[in-house]
Amino acid sequence: MTLTPILTRNWGTERSWTLAAYQAQGGYKAAKKAFKMTPEQVMNEVKDSQLRGRGGAGFPTGLKWSFVPKDNPNPRYLVVNADESEPGTCKDIPLLMASPHTLLEGVIISAYAINAHTAFIYIRGEVVHPIRRMQQAVQEAYDAGLLGKKILGSGFDLDVIVHAGAGAYICGEETALLNSLEGRRGQPRLRPPFPAVAGLYASPTVINNVESIASVPSIIEYGKDWFAAMGTEKSKGFTIYSLSGHVKRPGQYEAPLGVTMRQLLELAGGIRDGHQLKFFTPGGSSTPILTADDLDVPLDYEGLAAKGTMLGTKAMQVFDETTSVVRTTLRWVEFYEHESCGKCTPCREGNWWLGQLLAKLEAGKGEEGDVDKLLQVVDTIAGKSFCPLAEGALACVTSAVQHFRDEFEVGYHTPAWEHLPYELSAVFTVPGKEDEQ
Amino acid sequence: MSESMQFAEMVTITVDGVEVSVPKGTLVIRAAEAAGIAIPRFCDHPLLEPVGACRQCLVEITDAGNGRGFPKPQPSCTTEAAQGMVLATGATSAQAAKAQADILELLLINHPLDCPVCDKAGECPLQNQAMANGRASSDFDGAKRQYSKLVAISPTISLDRERCVLCTRCTRFADQIAGDPMIHLVERGPKQQIGVYPDRPYDSYFAGNVVQICPVGALTSNDYRFSARPFDLASTVTTCENCAAGCQLRVDTRRGEVLRRNAGDCPSINEEWSCDRGRFGFRSAMGEDRIRRPMIRKKGQLIEVSWPQALAAAAAGLKKAAGKTGVLTGGRLTLETAYAYSAFARTVLKTNSIDFRARPASEEEAQFLARMVAGQRFDEAISYTALEGAKKVVLIMLEPEEESPAIFLRLRKANRARKLVVETVAPFLSPGAAKIGASLIAVRPSDLPGAIRDLDIDSETIVLAGERLASVPGGFTALAARIEASSAKLAWVPRRAGEVGAVQAGCLPNLLPAGYPLTKTNAKTFKAHWGAKTASEPGLDAAGQLKAAAWGELKALVTAGIEAADFCDPELVNKALTEAFVVSLESRHSDVSEFANVILPVDVLAEVSGSFLNWENRRCAVNQVVSPARAAMSEVRVLAALATALGEDLGFDNSVDAGESFAAIPPWTGDKPKIVPVTPPPAKGSVMIMTGRELMDDSRCLDGAQALRAVERTPIVRMSPATLRAEGLATSTYVRLTGPLGSATFPLQVEPTMVDGVIWVPPRTPGNPLSALGLEADATVMLAAAPEPKKEGEE
Amino acid sequence: MTHEHDFADTGFLDTTDQSTAIDRAALDQLEAIAERYPVKRSALMPMLHFVQAIDKRVSPAGVEAIAKILEITEAQVQGVATFYTMYKRRPAGRHHIGVCTTALCAVMGGDLLLEQVEQTLGIAPGETTEDGMFSLEKVECNAACDFAPVMMVNWEFMDNMTPEKAEQLLDDLAKGRDVTSTRGPVLTSWADNERVLAGIPDGKANDGPSAGEPSLEGVKIATAKGWSGIPKGVRS
Repeated sequence: MTLTPILTRNWGTERSWTLAAYQAQGGYKAAKKAFKMTPEQVMNEVKDSQLRGRGGAGFPTGLKWSFVPKDNPNPRYLVVNADESEPGTCKDIPLLMASPHTLLEGVIISAYAINAHTAFIYIRGEVVHPIRRMQQAVQEAYDAGLLGKKILGSGFDLDVIVHAGAGAYICGEETALLNSLEGRRGQPRLRPPFPAVAGLYASPTVINNVESIASVPSIIEYGKDWFAAMGTEKSKGFTIYSLSGHVKRPGQYEAPLGVTMRQLLELAGGIRDGHQLKFFTPGGSSTPILTADDLDVPLDYEGLAAKGTMLGTKAMQVFDETTSVVRTTLRWVEFYEHESCGKCTPCREGNWWLGQLLAKLEAGKGEEGDVDKLLQVVDTIAGKSFCPLAEGALACVTSAVQHFRDEFEVGYHTPAWEHLPYELSAVFTVPGKEDEQ
Repeated sequence: MSESMQFAEMVTITVDGVEVSVPKGTLVIRAAEAAGIAIPRFCDHPLLEPVGACRQCLVEITDAGNGRGFPKPQPSCTTEAAQGMVLATGATSAQAAKAQADILELLLINHPLDCPVCDKAGECPLQNQAMANGRASSDFDGAKRQYSKLVAISPTISLDRERCVLCTRCTRFADQIAGDPMIHLVERGPKQQIGVYPDRPYDSYFAGNVVQICPVGALTSNDYRFSARPFDLASTVTTCENCAAGCQLRVDTRRGEVLRRNAGDCPSINEEWSCDRGRFGFRSAMGEDRIRRPMIRKKGQLIEVSWPQALAAAAAGLKKAAGKTGVLTGGRLTLETAYAYSAFARTVLKTNSIDFRARPASEEEAQFLARMVAGQRFDEAISYTALEGAKKVVLIMLEPEEESPAIFLRLRKANRARKLVVETVAPFLSPGAAKIGASLIAVRPSDLPGAIRDLDIDSETIVLAGERLASVPGGFTALAARIEASSAKLAWVPRRAGEVGAVQAGCLPNLLPAGYPLTKTNAKTFKAHWGAKTASEPGLDAAGQLKAAAWGELKALVTAGIEAADFCDPELVNKALTEAFVVSLESRHSDVSEFANVILPVDVLAEVSGSFLNWENRRCAVNQVVSPARAAMSEVRVLAALATALGEDLGFDNSVDAGESFAAIPPWTGDKPKIVPVTPPPAKGSVMIMTGRELMDDSRCLDGAQALRAVERTPIVRMSPATLRAEGLATSTYVRLTGPLGSATFPLQVEPTMVDGVIWVPPRTPGNPLSALGLEADATVMLAAAPEPKKEGEE
Repeated sequence: MTHEHDFADTGFLDTTDQSTAIDRAALDQLEAIAERYPVKRSALMPMLHFVQAIDKRVSPAGVEAIAKILEITEAQVQGVATFYTMYKRRPAGRHHIGVCTTALCAVMGGDLLLEQVEQTLGIAPGETTEDGMFSLEKVECNAACDFAPVMMVNWEFMDNMTPEKAEQLLDDLAKGRDVTSTRGPVLTSWADNERVLAGIPDGKANDGPSAGEPSLEGVKIATAKGWSGIPKGVRS
């Protein structure tokens, strides 16, 4: 196994975010190549590369593009989902900051493929500097004739609008994002109609994750075969794996799909000294957790599905044995409770209930049977919500109880912070509490 | 054949083992209803766009029509029926039953147990479904959400956020149906709630509907709160008397007292909606001013007398007037009562001086009504349904939101659903017109006939003309000509509930019942019909009667619940009433009863049966809601008694018989009477007034509806930016209007769509009616900048 | 405790404070933001950011101006303003401090940092210091997990925080010393950055590094080992 830096390869170069630096390392060659192809050829190249959406769901990108109806008279839109908010996920934001032109080149090619003349880049609001870099990249591109009218002499017009969000995880859900982009509350919409048919302003719209769109230039430049040669049978290509938590070198590791957690951990220097892996998320907090037993599972769509979990956003949050799983689960549930849009009953009310139950267990005030009750509430919520947000909350609860039921039952008599003192899992020593360690 | 009339493709699905065929595109929840199977729901409402939020209606779909089922339960309110689909509701599927019980449990964890003090208890979908589909107990032992209890979202409605299940029926209604999104979701997640912006109450004309469609007790009516238990109420279906829309209402009474009114379920008219005037404006006859005994004037004083005394006094006065009598029926009578007045005037008083128009009116209008409206029968081609399917609808001097709210809702629905083209011929694009997507054909009064001649209309266009067209000389002449030349469909939409019926009953000097123009021959025909000699000499219209009475040429007037303030010239009304012998058939003391020589107390609408003809000419049943007040009688019976006292026989003495007498007249099939063309006067150089009644103003029909008074819009004067500059008002926020009788100050609003050279001001503003300034539509007005008026109590 | 149940005063924007600094120029700017989009209502969120830049909160004057420009009701503006957590109902501080306490950051020290910041500033999350210098927020995952535990100042990254760094940070900001974001420019103020979020660049895009160390871990290893993703023979 080797790492395959493609999207990340220029992140460390001098002023990598500028047009000059990007062009110096061959940037916008793929766009020029694309304009020599027909839109259909570009779409087919992406389709045949078997690129799957990198935002969590893994839907084939080219196929999504092909759903845009040919005969719809309305304008078409391309929307880039840069609302990166899934706990553990931290790949798109550094890309926007280090190499916004990679994304922009992908936007130009993708918009050309679907014949969209307006594209939006919806970036979560809480990251001002990446937004600055993206805004500047767009301005540089306009100034260089890479955006606007007849870009690169191709006859193709494209406007790009950088749009900042304002704090709502749910806007990562594509129809909620569309509502948000229309100036509405970010609540998911009914499907059908699907965005490809009636999305932004009820017009055909393609919405893709940053990493998916950013992968397009390399596919065009080096070809579908090059891309499809990487990865595993149904999970083609490369991707960015994000490691965080109790590892020695947390960070971004770009590799072909199908690497294992053991391989990634090795590259990251392993668990912090003197500690052992307790559990990790394979793809953000919405994917059921795994343990040391699962280190050799291929980290691709099929390998993780076989283990009852998901590749998600490929965000490995790693926790060592000092970590209270009850505390972690509570925090995740509180995250979903806080980020629930409130539209549907199970998510709005169910997370409220789960949070209360878990808080009781964390405080050691649980009662005999509360763990079963927790699972029962999960069952009450499961399979009934409007969008997948609630299922994400359930995934962490169910898998945590499955792996660490005993620890939850400790909550019948002992607070979690006594069972596993919280200071021990911090990565720094707390002033005044050194003696306790 | 319009699109909606074509036969839809049908699909057959199986619900709980029952096969049912429904049009393609039907939602599963409604397909199940068609099979007689009710699926519990909160957010679903057949007239709102599906949202799938509450998740109460989950069903198990074992076959989606493609041989495959869904592993998870599916919302039946957002899933379309597909050929061959097989599904099971909670009645037969364990999965669906569990899903429904689970959702109910989640809805109830934060719902307060305050049913014993909740208005909704007893008619509460949440309560009912909890009993029918919920579990007996819950495992929830945590803390419930707490909010401060009541939020006044408008003068008429209170919100209890703890009871709310966030189904968003109310916000979707406000946004989609009424176009007034002043209530909206706020916050998110477990804190999500319904709210208004501070100091911006939900003062939509349609706000009360949200109380009715709220599936819990979250939105309650201030007027009705804590006043009854649903199971103590008796309901009567009737027709609203507040305008000519003909909305069906369900009136709830307890022990003979009306406590609330809700919209009926009437797909062909008001669907399931009502305006707030119709909903809350039912207290006007419940006040202290109700007349309970007959009265006669003796030495200037009104004294209570017996019925025989009063009838004798009335008969004596009318006899003395000997044919020099007039009848003013007002616009609020049922068809049967109007018909009784029509017959009474012709056969008992022997006069054709009868007019229902207690408002600005013209002879041209009477001729128009006789030619274009009289004799019309209900026709699907000119109906609410037809409005929805029309190619184009043209509004002429009609603001549906103000004058006929059910038309407004239907036009908005069609404009949203299929971009119905609406054009409005008006001085400016009103907010109401904007909400139905209307485009403006901007006119000053003098432009109106020309604009009508230029209308682009054809046989697939429906033209709705408002009663205000009567203020514009030449308007009706032009309209009749344009309609006849284009074969466009025409409906006349007056404001008052009884006006269409009054036309058909012949309450006009030039018109007999059933569309018969007044001619000597037709008078003879009616002699056969009525069994009494029928007056054949031309009569006077309302204005003519008032003038004649004021000058002593008309000796007696019979009036039916009219108000002096409704006429352009109240001074003239007062003089006429002073000079003439006045017999007033009244239920409440008024500015007319002040002058009456004899007052005969009559039943109010809630006490009688009969019908209204709405603008569609549809017969809308009026049903007796409460028992009549003691000593009062129905107007038909009073007229019959009065006829007897005058030695004549009216031929019927109750509403049913009157209705049968009317129905027995074969409709007029002869030539339509001609309209004597009226040439519009040339445009004046000065600033003119244009005006129109608003839905909520100082109408006496709204007396007693305290909260509604608070919803009245502040009267403002609108004018175009150019007029503003031309009149030297560019820096003013207030304007002083001066007419022959006085001046008054109003807030000034610049209206960019307004035509130049006119101002728009409502006529019946509390304390400042235009008539008090001597101003009326099409009058010249003087404008001047004014300081902000001092409020009462200020120096 | 995180589990509040009493939401009595939620739901409405605070209109008791009617003060505003929105002038003609600000209104022009709001209209210019609306012009950017094919459908002007799309501008609602950047317009709210801009109102915050001017009035330090979602002010009544701002809500009313937006409603007028976009031809929607104030209730609709409020519905959006209360949905997103970045919109503040009461004035935020000159510096808006965020401490991430979602699971991973909390475990790695975020909870302790929050406790420390609360004590140092003497305010709870959702509050602003009396001198208007600081406001505090418990933030949810800020997409910088490989830099955990993370704090944000004015939505600029303050990565790999420790109690010592947090103490220094607050002290420097309080005393008006220059503080540079670990991946961004010298911090100015929350309100200044709200302008950027409204789509008005401040010329600082070139400040700061291209990436933080963790973002480059994979590339570093690949470079050291001679690994590459691109086809052989293609010049990088």
